[in-house]
Amino acid sequence: MDRPIFRTEGVTKVYDTGGAKVHALAGVDLELFAGELAVLLGPSGSGKSTLLNILGGLDRVSSGKVWFRDLDLTALRDRGLTRYRRDHVGFVFQFYNLVPSLSARENVQLVTDVARDPMDPAEALGLVGLSHRIDHFPAEMSGGEQQRVAIARAIAKRPEVLLCDEPTGALDSKTGVQVLEALKDINDRFGTTTVVITHNAAIRKMAHRVVRFHDGRISGVEVNDTRLAPHEIAW
Amino acid sequence: MQALDIKLLRDFRRLWAQALAIALVLGCGVAIFLTSFGMYNALEDTRAAYYERNRFADVFSETRRAPATLAPEIAAIPGVANVETRTVGSVVLDIPGRVRTGVGRIISLPNGGLPQLNIPILRAGRLPAPDATDEVAVNQPFAEANGFVPGDTLRANLNGQKRSLTITGTVLSPEFIYTIGPGQMMPDNEGFGILWMPERAAAAAFDMTGAFNSVALSLTRAANAAEVIDRLDDLLAPYGGFGAYGRETQLSNSFIDAEIAQLKNLALVLPPVFFGISAFLVNMVLARIITLERAEIGLLKAVGYSNREVCVHYLMLAGLVALVGILIGFAAGSWLSHALAVLYADFFDFPYLIYRVSYDVYVIAAVIALAAAGLGAARSALAAARLSPAVAMQPPAPPQFSRSLFDRALAAARLSQPAMMVFRSILRWPVRAGLTTLGLALAVAVMVAATFTDDSLDVIMDQAFFQSNRQDTMLLFSEDRPVSAIEEVRRLPGVLAVEGQLYLSAELRHGHLSKRVGIEARPPGADLSRAIDTQGRVVAPPPGTILLSARLAAELGARPGDSIEVEFLGNRRETFHLPVAGLVTQYFGLGAYMDFDTVNALFRQAPQVSTANILLDDAQEDALHARLKDMPGLAGTMMLTESRRSFQDTIAENVLIMNAIYATIAVLITVGVAYNGARVQLSERARELASLRILGFTRAEVSGILMGETLVLALAAQPLGWLLGWAIAWSMTAGFTSDLYSIPLVLKPATFAQASLVVLTATVAAVLVVRRRLDNLDLVAVMKTRE
Repeated sequence: MDRPIFRTEGVTKVYDTGGAKVHALAGVDLELFAGELAVLLGPSGSGKSTLLNILGGLDRVSSGKVWFRDLDLTALRDRGLTRYRRDHVGFVFQFYNLVPSLSARENVQLVTDVARDPMDPAEALGLVGLSHRIDHFPAEMSGGEQQRVAIARAIAKRPEVLLCDEPTGALDSKTGVQVLEALKDINDRFGTTTVVITHNAAIRKMAHRVVRFHDGRISGVEVNDTRLAPHEIAW
Repeated sequence: MQALDIKLLRDFRRLWAQALAIALVLGCGVAIFLTSFGMYNALEDTRAAYYERNRFADVFSETRRAPATLAPEIAAIPGVANVETRTVGSVVLDIPGRVRTGVGRIISLPNGGLPQLNIPILRAGRLPAPDATDEVAVNQPFAEANGFVPGDTLRANLNGQKRSLTITGTVLSPEFIYTIGPGQMMPDNEGFGILWMPERAAAAAFDMTGAFNSVALSLTRAANAAEVIDRLDDLLAPYGGFGAYGRETQLSNSFIDAEIAQLKNLALVLPPVFFGISAFLVNMVLARIITLERAEIGLLKAVGYSNREVCVHYLMLAGLVALVGILIGFAAGSWLSHALAVLYADFFDFPYLIYRVSYDVYVIAAVIALAAAGLGAARSALAAARLSPAVAMQPPAPPQFSRSLFDRALAAARLSQPAMMVFRSILRWPVRAGLTTLGLALAVAVMVAATFTDDSLDVIMDQAFFQSNRQDTMLLFSEDRPVSAIEEVRRLPGVLAVEGQLYLSAELRHGHLSKRVGIEARPPGADLSRAIDTQGRVVAPPPGTILLSARLAAELGARPGDSIEVEFLGNRRETFHLPVAGLVTQYFGLGAYMDFDTVNALFRQAPQVSTANILLDDAQEDALHARLKDMPGLAGTMMLTESRRSFQDTIAENVLIMNAIYATIAVLITVGVAYNGARVQLSERARELASLRILGFTRAEVSGILMGETLVLALAAQPLGWLLGWAIAWSMTAGFTSDLYSIPLVLKPATFAQASLVVLTATVAAVLVVRRRLDNLDLVAVMKTRE
């Protein structure tokens, strides 16, 4: 955990919503390190999702700089950002965003089709404990199972970073814990840098570091000396 | 298979009903394009090849009697490549086993055998021997219709002399691809035949030894046809020339021209309508899919799919719809063009069938269909490509509704809230509402434009047979005869009434425009054959004037009161200036009418007639024909009753088939537009409608809102459809009009009503199918679904 994998410098993001300007990010300087599991914590509207989108190459800064290792993300055009997402980033979303017309395996295959060195979709689903649901469609699975398919989809390309936007937001506590177990397992096993954003303060206990957001700024960073396993967390 | 392709196929399978509704409309366009454009090409290519191989002449002229020594002078006209002089005559035929008389056209064959121009193709047997006096070769359709084989005989009244002729062989000629006898409206192969006879025998029969009465020319590539025609007219004038004309006026050729023009017209008018509607439907459905799949698009981009890949993914969905449409179109188009080819085989006599739509037409049709679907998909697919992934993951902003002047009007009208929802939605998506209305209007228009011909043909029939030409039979004299000939005809069996009529060939000129026509003159009080003016009144040309058919007047740019130059051809070569006294309604040919006494006075002649119009006692028809077969001085007979019947039969059959085809097309368009429109609305409003159900609205009330919008648009489409139908019908009548015939634009309220009934019924049916989905709506599930 010595070398920063992400580095941001004075990042701002302003949304222009028909006259009223919304400052989603108002100058963020942050470093995230290889192999760490970081939790970005903050109330909704604090800017954490915006930052995640920018780190993942889904959105652009209004000003400031963002580096992924030595790659200046702010200098990349559309095509470069697509390349970056395809090669380096895995996403997990609050509402899973599975394609309903594709089975679990095919949803994972969606990513392995375009990745450089992917694992087998069945292997990825095995890692999240869904080998027995491999040919089921999203509508035939519970929320927790769907989210685990989404995680399998994210890790199948062997990404260097895993960006998770409220991964347990739509789940009850019990299935939420299963999902967090899966994320921790991946982080431990592959050393994948994992960023989890949440407004659920309980989840902070499983992180190496917790970054707190408030009004588009970082209001504090804390390091967990003793991490809890997900099953020890409850909310 | 790639996961994205699996998604594509599954999406397509899920959308099958909507996709099929669009594919059927697109398929119609492809089928009609294949049939019309394909047949247009096939017919033109076949004709061009036939003309080339069999050296169809470029210029023709008939004359009364010109010396054979004139041929070298004609050949010397600059631009003339070949000259073929010949004897042509008309004879009454006595066909074994046939009660009615037949009419034959004799054409001489040069002594060496085949002519240099208009070369007949021998289909069976042999050509007549050069020295034979009683041998002929006949056109194949005539032989087939009468069951003749080489060796059979028929009797012909050759210039007053009845002779038995042996058929040595059957032939086809580029001059007679469409073989139509004098006064006929469609080919009658049984009653009209072409007889090729050796030069010597033909000349002897028609007193043309050392002379000719017909000439055909081929021209060099650099020749100026108009100049050659002028020079030929000058050379033939002293010998009773009837005026030279080019290919475009040659009878058989001009019928094919008219058919080709119709096919071209069809190819240009109808397919674009279908392709346009298909593009709109693809656009509407895909726009909805992309709205629904917003989050999936965001996901695809988040995991690294490029904008291009996303764009192509949605374009391919449209491509699959197009593919189904193309396959449907290929199947239907192949079947239709085959059916048309079979129909053509009845009317057109080609020695070989190149009646196959060429592969490149299939390729063109497929490319156009793909382009139409692609064009429809382009906007949505590009929007999907442009959608930023971060934005795509967010739910879309709710549609903007705002109070407008129209809202205040709606409020003032005290409409119920459900009615308000219907009207607001129309206002919210005005382009979509407008295009839906236009699509349904086009369905109405197609019906109107297709079914109006039925009423038009009724008018044509009434005008031609019950107003103008009320005689049952016409006798054509070989030479103009004194009016006393009418008295002889009166004594024939079965003749209830008889009237004479004089035909004069003339060239009419007005300003720089000119037209070669036949002028009719009838003795005063003629009641069987009459001229009808544009108001439907019987008119007789006032002495010293000329009446023109309305189309002829239009072609000459002449109006009543104008003076036109009339140059008579044949043996009455004099030119007069006559005022146009009025216009006559006539749908077949370009007629002109003069007063009988005026003509006789102008030419200082005792009254003469060229034909006898007969009102016949049906019971004695056989006896009449038995006498006609032996009557001297007769060049032919025309059975108007027979023409009328065959015309009516053919038309009735075709109109029925065409109406069925066009009604199907209108239904397909309607279902395509209404079904997809209602499905898209259901998809957009599922939450809204489910909310209303939860609030206590009944199923009927809720489906009223869903069906309301489509039905309001369908009603609005009716007047627009009538207008468009009128415009299409008008352009079709304009496209059909040629020198040979024209079709009046007759649109009755019943035509509009029928079109509206079909389209509204189909709309209601399509919407009811969607309504069933609404009944099965899972209220809880819909409310939970995140959009």
